[in-house]
Amino acid sequence: MKFGIVTFPGSNCDDDAYFAVTDALGAQAVRLWHKDHDLQGVDVVVLPGGFSYGDYLRAGAIARFSPIMREVIEHARRGAPVLGICNGFQIACEAHLLPGALLRNASLRFVSDMVTLRVENAATRFTNRYAPGQHLRIPVAHGDGRFTIDATGLQRLQDNGQVVFRYVDASGRFTEDANPNAAMDHIAGIINEGGNVLGMMPHPERAVDALLGSNDGLALFESMLATVAA
Amino acid sequence: MTRYRVAVHIVPRKGILDPQGRTVADALHALGFGAVHDVHVGRHLVLELDGDTEAAASASVRTMCDKLLANPVTEDYEIAGVTVA
Repeated sequence: MKFGIVTFPGSNCDDDAYFAVTDALGAQAVRLWHKDHDLQGVDVVVLPGGFSYGDYLRAGAIARFSPIMREVIEHARRGAPVLGICNGFQIACEAHLLPGALLRNASLRFVSDMVTLRVENAATRFTNRYAPGQHLRIPVAHGDGRFTIDATGLQRLQDNGQVVFRYVDASGRFTEDANPNAAMDHIAGIINEGGNVLGMMPHPERAVDALLGSNDGLALFESMLATVAA
Repeated sequence: MTRYRVAVHIVPRKGILDPQGRTVADALHALGFGAVHDVHVGRHLVLELDGDTEAAASASVRTMCDKLLANPVTEDYEIAGVTVA
């Protein structure tokens, strides 16, 4: 089982993702360059966080047309797993691998904080090592994380169980303060209808060791290892 | 072929929370511009491109908006003007 971590110009969490997979998870990972057209036979593609192309035009809008994205989109269309974290989530939305869009935080401020997530769907290949409703402590760091979608699209996500993570407070309530960007319906992460593309604003790759303040993100990588390798 | 200058306005779709617009509106109210009801902050792009006709240049920019320049989920765009460059 091999992970591929894509580096776009302006990616800055590609190393974190690489070390989460190799050191914390103990799995194999290769780095994929945005200008290449070769996925090097990886099983999972990770679109990492950062500020690809300086967030010019819109976050992810230009990276979505990077050469490697042609192969990433084909990989996803085949039903193979893609994990988009933060900027990777934005890129996946721009590439129409996921519905919706990530807009400027309602506070107009960049938010860098540890947040609480509730696992809303533990039956995905990314979350099967979590318990339904489990609370996770995972950091966020973004300026454009406000998930937005039209009413029909939101209903579809809710009806299909495609909302995978929601922001809650420590007691599990949907308070305004718990929602770092004013995302619709407190949505922190969603999965596509096929169940093979997950996008999330929080950074599980930065929560894979107690030394980092939390290791709650590790089970996400373990989930992929368990299901994809199986 | 003629070189045209095409201007595009891209604005957040009506009904989508626009915190930037709201903040600007609040600031205008604080300055006494009470007549202001709503502000939408978007982007203004000016493209120079070759085309056979004004209509062709404009149509080409619309395609660019659909593909890259505007986000179909959250933004609307309009061609604000086409002139010979």
